[in-house]
Amino acid sequence: MKRTPAVVAVNAILLFAAVVTVFPLFWMLSVSFMPSGAASTYPPPLLPDAPTLENYRELFAGQAAGRYLFNSAVVATLATIISLTFNTMAGYAFAKLRFRGRDRIFQALLGALVIPAQVTLIPLFALVKELGLVSTYAGVLVPSLATVFGIFLIRQYALSLPDELLEAARIDGASERRIFWWLVIPLLRPILVTLAILTFLATWNDFMWPLIVLTSQEMYTLPVALAGLSREHVQENEMMMAGAVITVAPVLILFLGLQRYYIAGILAGGVKG
Amino acid sequence: MSLERAAWLFIAPALLALGLFFFLPVAGAFIMSLTDFDLYALSDRANLRFVGLRNYYTLLQDPLFWKALGNTFYFVVLGAPLSIGLSLVAALLVNSKLARFRALFRTIFFAPVVTTLVAVAVVWRYIFHARYGFLNFALAQIGVEPIDWMGDPRWAMPAIVILAVWKNFGYNMIILLAALQNIPEELYEAARIDGASAWQTFRHITVPGLGPVLLLVSILTMVGYFQLFAEPYVMTEGGPLQSTLSVLYFMYEEGFKWWSLGRASAVAFLLFILMFIVTLLQLRIGRREARA
Repeated sequence: MKRTPAVVAVNAILLFAAVVTVFPLFWMLSVSFMPSGAASTYPPPLLPDAPTLENYRELFAGQAAGRYLFNSAVVATLATIISLTFNTMAGYAFAKLRFRGRDRIFQALLGALVIPAQVTLIPLFALVKELGLVSTYAGVLVPSLATVFGIFLIRQYALSLPDELLEAARIDGASERRIFWWLVIPLLRPILVTLAILTFLATWNDFMWPLIVLTSQEMYTLPVALAGLSREHVQENEMMMAGAVITVAPVLILFLGLQRYYIAGILAGGVKG
Repeated sequence: MSLERAAWLFIAPALLALGLFFFLPVAGAFIMSLTDFDLYALSDRANLRFVGLRNYYTLLQDPLFWKALGNTFYFVVLGAPLSIGLSLVAALLVNSKLARFRALFRTIFFAPVVTTLVAVAVVWRYIFHARYGFLNFALAQIGVEPIDWMGDPRWAMPAIVILAVWKNFGYNMIILLAALQNIPEELYEAARIDGASAWQTFRHITVPGLGPVLLLVSILTMVGYFQLFAEPYVMTEGGPLQSTLSVLYFMYEEGFKWWSLGRASAVAFLLFILMFIVTLLQLRIGRREARA
């Protein structure tokens, strides 16, 4: 490629934009290794003089970060497994099984996409309280057991499965359950990975509902705990950056590893999960 | 087992979960908004009274609600065009044949999207720190006086907009990038032969080619931005002087600080109606543009 002025300009702008985009994450990581107070100086230090793990030690030993990490992992994993199962079953049925009212029910579900989840939060809290699930894993999980977006995503993909294949299995005497587990699931694999990672990240990052429903500290997920800590420890920037790293690192690493699937999901849906 | 029965068994778990934990609460939100549901009603339903539209009536007379509404609109009107503009520029640059390492740049620009909002809000609060923050340091290098981002009512919301734009532009960029790649190469080829300038090509081929996707992206972005909550919760607690109090933050405080759950439900419903109207308006404008 020639080094015309246009080439230089485009690449220079891209490089500048990339540096600006990465900088907050880089600084978060860098400051998280600085000893307490080192980042409250001017000019702001870019790299730690003497890198230390003391902030991480304090978070895990003094602030129960391990517990929050565990809670986040449990909630995100359970939400992913359960919603993936429910959404896949429903999405496949809407695409490939014939039953009365199928299209009308599906249309109604799609219509519900315009209703923001925030509308439900307050009655949902009253309901969860009625069920005795306040501050439990089950309580955090209830709104993510099944999603319209997930059903939609699976259905779109399942529509392309060849009917002849399913018919052949039926003629061979396979039950619907067997066809689903042994024929359909393997064929849906790429979209299942996509939906799994979208769900895991969305649940991990979710904030408002966990904030409402988790009232006791030992049940906090990482975002809820971090929000609370950052209000208490406003001045301790180094420790807060370490907390941000612990919260962001798992999802960022997961994304970098599986980004092909993640981006496929966004393009297929064009809707946030 | 008949096919019909099997089908119902397949959709039953999802429909049950959605019905119980989504559709029931949606209906519940409307019903609750017509009551004086509070802490006493939460423990014993006998304390619940039907109050008709009183919650809506008092809300519309509450200056704080209007303040929250105004702030939210300010955030949407400032943030959405900035986000979409930046997404478009990023998509065009990454799509440019002159660019190198396109996949790498795409990944970098998208990375903020997957980060946890609460965590990056904590990071940006520090970047915005009036004395030790990096932003004021960088601005000082080009001769700008330090700004008290989180402490000045005029700057707190723009600061939140900066965070939101940084966090979200990669999302729309990906969608626009895919749309750009769907515009047939022959159109550009023809424009080049006709001697069209870069701007003319952009105006008459790229923009119409993106048309419906641009509309979709605008609606999604605005709907998302109306739901502003975590940023002010973490960075400013709605302050200073309530300059970053959003409608959802107002709802959260009404509901879970003051336990006026009936009133909070009315807030949620008003926000929903508002978002719905804005979406319809955009669709109408979009259709008219498409016809013109």
